[in-house]
Amino acid sequence: MRFRAPGRLFDCQKYGVFSLINKKLESAYEAVVDIDDGATVLVSGFGDPGMPFGLVDALIEKGVKEITLVTNNTGTGYKGIAALLQAGLVKKVICCYPRRVGSVVFEELYRKNKVELELVPHGTLCERLRAGVAGIEGFYTPTSVGTNLAEGKELRVINGRQCVLELPLKGEFAFIRAHKADIWGNVIYEASARNMGPVMAGAAKISICEVDEIVELGELSPEQIVTPGIYIDRVVEA
Amino acid sequence: MSKLQKLSREKIAWRAAQEFKNGMVINLGVGIPTYASIFVPKDKEVIFQSENGILGVGPLAKDGEENLNLVNASQQKVTTVKGACFFDCVESFAMLRGGHIDLAMLGAFEVSQKGDLANWTLERTDVPPAVGGVMDIVAGAKEIWVLMEHCTKDGLPRLVEQCSYALTAQSVVKRIFTDLAVLRVTEEGFLVEESLADLDFDTLQAKTGAVLRKSPHWKPLEVPDIKQDNLQV
Repeated sequence: MRFRAPGRLFDCQKYGVFSLINKKLESAYEAVVDIDDGATVLVSGFGDPGMPFGLVDALIEKGVKEITLVTNNTGTGYKGIAALLQAGLVKKVICCYPRRVGSVVFEELYRKNKVELELVPHGTLCERLRAGVAGIEGFYTPTSVGTNLAEGKELRVINGRQCVLELPLKGEFAFIRAHKADIWGNVIYEASARNMGPVMAGAAKISICEVDEIVELGELSPEQIVTPGIYIDRVVEA
Repeated sequence: MSKLQKLSREKIAWRAAQEFKNGMVINLGVGIPTYASIFVPKDKEVIFQSENGILGVGPLAKDGEENLNLVNASQQKVTTVKGACFFDCVESFAMLRGGHIDLAMLGAFEVSQKGDLANWTLERTDVPPAVGGVMDIVAGAKEIWVLMEHCTKDGLPRLVEQCSYALTAQSVVKRIFTDLAVLRVTEEGFLVEESLADLDFDTLQAKTGAVLRKSPHWKPLEVPDIKQDNLQV
């Protein structure tokens, strides 16, 4: 089983639904405990909204080393991803914008050549992850043609437009921050915190979602669910 | 001779916003373009898209009314207008790259006479490069306008024959609004449609790194005074 809490009894007073599937775990540490050194971890967030701080902190606590981090930004100040970088646990960052005001930790590591950077345009990062979700083994995009980010990539003219070949991006684990999840891993988000969550959830072998609240089955309307539970393996409350 | 009164950053944005068409969906880059959202003409309604996943971005949130999960791509706490919606970044970049956004307004380091855009890296070795979504935005938005100062702080031209900085994209910029002029990128290079009345054409040419042509429909560039209390970007 990809989730490790099958059959755990969940409080089902409200709707009286008992399920043998229960993806709820009691702590962020429990959710990350099987992540090994060298793992590729996708972390949602566009700045702070969507950033699963609890899961990142748990990864630091476990001390997983040589991580390849796929993310939007590299954190600001000394919390979240910045703390993970500062702890020296990250080997490589695949990212679109590692230079926000206050990204001091990453900048320092970059200057000292202590972290590898693969810079990917944001839309291409999204689509590479989506290809990873959807079983697409590559796609052609006009983004970055004629720039130094297209160097070394296969070019092809399609419909009269020069395009570059981009390959899918997947991870062993994904960390998602959302608003609510049920015990089957169906997820809804809040406002602009949705950002990279839905796509990263599907692009990893095991996806862990940190939420404000875990609710009973039936609480979330099937019409409103943004990320279907099939993509989420573990849920924890923040 | 009196000192030339260049347009402020706000006035550059005001001038560009007068060109909005009703119903346009617009993505605003950081810098001068952010001001354009407060100068939408009264008889026009446009929808602002933010690439982190919002259609219908409203004004900045007031103190005490911020939602920490509701920010624009520059991480400013914003509000939404009635009719707004949220989506994820995959959907957002499908909109942008797929040709569904009418207009992207961006800042730039340089624009070439062919419309090449350089606005993402100064190629310094001491700071990491950061591209964000701009390469996807310029690959797909129906029109790209650049809002910027005509020259650098050191007085070097930003409008050039060929960009010296690394390109963001080739031949994408259609219109340019600067503190001195309004220009269009044509097959024959830069066409000056408007320029400040007390700036003679030779002086404008001297501040530009490529040959300028004056439009037969040239007009003086005029922007009314902007009240400071309107400048809540």
